[in-house]
Amino acid sequence: MRPVLIMVGREFRDGLRNRRVVGTTLLMAALSLTLALLGSAPTGTVGTSALSVTVVSLSSLTIFLVPLIALLISYDAIAGEVDRGTMLLLLSYPVTRWQILTGKFIGHVCILTLATILGYGAAGVAVSFANGVAEQGAAASFAVMIGSSVLLGAAFIALGYVVSVLVLDPRTAGGIAIGLWLFFVVLYDMALLGLLIADQGKNITTGVLSVMLLANPADIYRLLNLTGFSNISTLSGMAGLSAQVMLSGTALVGALVAWIVVPLSAAGLIFARRQM
Amino acid sequence: MTSPSVRLVGVSKHYGTLHAVAGLDLELHQAERVALVGHNGAGKSTLIKLMLGVIRPTEGHVEVLGVDPAHHAFAAVRMSMGFLPENVVFPPSMTGAEVLSFYARLKRQPVSRNRALLERVGIAAAASRPVRTYSKGMRQRLGLAQALIGEPRVLLLDEPTTGLDPASRQSFYEIVAEFGQKGTTVLLSSHVLAEIEHQADRVVMLDHGRKVADGTLSDLRRLSGFPTCIRIGLPSGVRFHPELPAGMAECRDLDERTMEIRCSDASKLDVLRYLLDAAVPLADIEIAPPSLDDIYVDILRRMAAE
Repeated sequence: MRPVLIMVGREFRDGLRNRRVVGTTLLMAALSLTLALLGSAPTGTVGTSALSVTVVSLSSLTIFLVPLIALLISYDAIAGEVDRGTMLLLLSYPVTRWQILTGKFIGHVCILTLATILGYGAAGVAVSFANGVAEQGAAASFAVMIGSSVLLGAAFIALGYVVSVLVLDPRTAGGIAIGLWLFFVVLYDMALLGLLIADQGKNITTGVLSVMLLANPADIYRLLNLTGFSNISTLSGMAGLSAQVMLSGTALVGALVAWIVVPLSAAGLIFARRQM
Repeated sequence: MTSPSVRLVGVSKHYGTLHAVAGLDLELHQAERVALVGHNGAGKSTLIKLMLGVIRPTEGHVEVLGVDPAHHAFAAVRMSMGFLPENVVFPPSMTGAEVLSFYARLKRQPVSRNRALLERVGIAAAASRPVRTYSKGMRQRLGLAQALIGEPRVLLLDEPTTGLDPASRQSFYEIVAEFGQKGTTVLLSSHVLAEIEHQADRVVMLDHGRKVADGTLSDLRRLSGFPTCIRIGLPSGVRFHPELPAGMAECRDLDERTMEIRCSDASKLDVLRYLLDAAVPLADIEIAPPSLDDIYVDILRRMAAE
């Protein structure tokens, strides 16, 4: 356990030093504040609070931004150290490869968590200040959004590690990481939509659709945040989908956790067997 | 006789069709300073990686301090090993002191001893500066300090002095020698043979993953039969052609005033005696035993001829 904590400390400190934490936090805060302040303008007398609107817009932002940040943090984690030659030295120390990977993972998730809480928290606080008390459940959905954003980020960090241990070359790993992001965040939904339209509801049942959505962590996140609360699902236009796809919040969180555990274990197994 | 600190028996390591190490036997003992020499790609780094347990041999058996690196008990052995990789790199934003305390904590050594280590390698003044500001020599010193954490019993140094200026190199070897005297087994690899000439008790030569020579420097000199070179300077105007007994040596004029005599290591004293007895007005004399470079090239040439 001790070596893991030492690794966590090093990764986190390194993240603070190379301004990764500061940069990520500022980016998230700037974007979320912009969305929150612009987005809360038109709510007027609709009856939904500004905070609910903010959750919807921030969730949409997260789906694009968090996987990208997570992959950019993680693709270099192993490949970069192997490339620079620091991994060989580290492996000569009494620390196992599993401990190295776990330590890095916890460190990177901490960095992302801090950035998310500070960045999105700023928006939440700003909106609450500007608009006063939100309706019931809005604060809870905001908390769920922050929590699930961290889980989404962790899933993509784990995916980035798989790439990193597979190719062991930071440039190739970087390219593949961007490819992964494009696939999960942009192309997957477009392909799914195209498929649904082409199919006209003949073969793709609700069950198949659920599986297809669970096969992409970004979609799990979307379901979790945009359909979980009735006021938000109406607002986000996801009400139709959420009525179709009957997945409980627990199942969705479980699926997201599986998207963390499975890639991380795969990365660990590959790394443990890898010749340096 | 204590058991060897490092023992390799019939070790081979293949990467696909490349045989990085081929059927190698090697024993390193306590308090022994061994130089591992060979050109780039001869298998030096692979051999060190095998000893560190970072890679596993394709064939054969490796043992460090009595434990197989594949065994889970090897973690304890790693506590008493020090390693300095070729081209050591540290996170540029961390300070020297932070780097060292990270590694000391991984080795479960008290961080309080780091100050003395930094002083020993001569970078204590720069300890609180980020590694980014360090020169190549300072980084290498920090690398050495890192390898010395916890008084290792086995010290593996891969090309430790590349890029160091002569003064740094000298102080580097002084520290290594000091640890050797304390009983540490030191293995240092290099392809700059001239500089390790006086830094090792034993020289192991590698070529294409095979051990081509193993012994003290004088053993290797004898083995190679590369001639010792005696150069004599003559005052101007003096012509001198020694009539040395046949087979003893070869003479040739280098220029007007210098003559070179090549003879075997064993006969050099006879040649000198002859020169002095001949009452030649010598202006200068210079005796050059074959350098490690010469021996290395000679041994490789003979290996190729066989």
